[in-house]
Amino acid sequence: MITYQDEFLEQKTPADADIGVDKKYLLTATQMARFVTDGFLMVENIVPEQLNEAVYRDEKSGIPGYRFWKESDNIRAVFELPRVKGIIQGLLGKKPVYDHSFLHVVAAGKTTAQNWHADSIIDLRPLAFDVQSFYFSHDTPKEMGPTLILPGSHLRKVNTESIGRYKNIVGQRQLVAKAGTIVFMHHGIWHCAQPNFTEQTRYVFKLRLQPGEEQRGLFNTDDIRSEEVSKIINKDGYREWQGNEARLEHNRRAALWRYVTGNDTVDESFEKSFYRMSI
Amino acid sequence: MTRLRQQILILHLAISSLEGKTIAWAFFDGAAPAEKKQMQSGDEETPPYDSVLAAMRDGWNVLQVPTLPIYIPGHEHEGGHLPYEYVLERKVDLDNLPG
Repeated sequence: MITYQDEFLEQKTPADADIGVDKKYLLTATQMARFVTDGFLMVENIVPEQLNEAVYRDEKSGIPGYRFWKESDNIRAVFELPRVKGIIQGLLGKKPVYDHSFLHVVAAGKTTAQNWHADSIIDLRPLAFDVQSFYFSHDTPKEMGPTLILPGSHLRKVNTESIGRYKNIVGQRQLVAKAGTIVFMHHGIWHCAQPNFTEQTRYVFKLRLQPGEEQRGLFNTDDIRSEEVSKIINKDGYREWQGNEARLEHNRRAALWRYVTGNDTVDESFEKSFYRMSI
Repeated sequence: MTRLRQQILILHLAISSLEGKTIAWAFFDGAAPAEKKQMQSGDEETPPYDSVLAAMRDGWNVLQVPTLPIYIPGHEHEGGHLPYEYVLERKVDLDNLPG
């Protein structure tokens, strides 16, 4: 159940009022490891076709981007789907807090790309994070300009557009998506809008949510010590663009992983260096 | 009036050696007219040179060699911008632009 900042601050609803989703819908350890490592989690076919079509109709109706959340019943229905709620609950808790939302539109034939940037302002929380959900109501092939991201960049602190002179980075990835896909992104990930070379307007709806509680042990933690999880954090997280910083990057995601598991004995750091350094 | 114009190539390397592998790149072309699009984010998949040294062999001059990172006690594992950023330039003649 998404709450709003004034409700949250006034504690109008107790934290235990919502029992949350059925465990079968809850974010898995593997999915959380992917999010921690890549800075995003792409989930396809999470929204049914009929609802995609309904949202797409609303998007085309001309509702201003900043009012879309409040004026489209269909977009709010997307975020009430059990699978969607289960992922958000695993990342942010049972009562995530609404931050802001926007319907992003790239006009047909707009051939200018946006500069690389990280959203908002440098976040001073050491490990806690907001999640920005990007929902695609229609197919978005590469030529339509889906958002470009740099996987694994979310733990590199940069100041908004201080990376604006970067143009191409090895490993950059456009979020080519089918209708019904939601990409859940860590607030810190480097990204930029891309040109739309088609004759069709491109829409993507963004919803930023804050945690409603401490983000420790919120997901299905049954498999936090599995081989698959270890492989994702230790091996898959290494990327060419990290260069000489790759081991530091490894320990940053290992620290985030330990935090979200809620278990301070978990150690997926480089050469178990957390243990070696008694941290 | 001179017809020479400056082009800037920025190469980010994996390590601080000029022979290190290119992991990011950007090009700003002072010889291109204002209406021509400059390099944009995400418009190329392969770097123009594998290293700074390879670019030097092709006539580029190094303008900036980056200062090495300084690790502040208590913040050694933190990260931000790409650290090994080399800025290169060449001057081109508007009447005889390289291919």
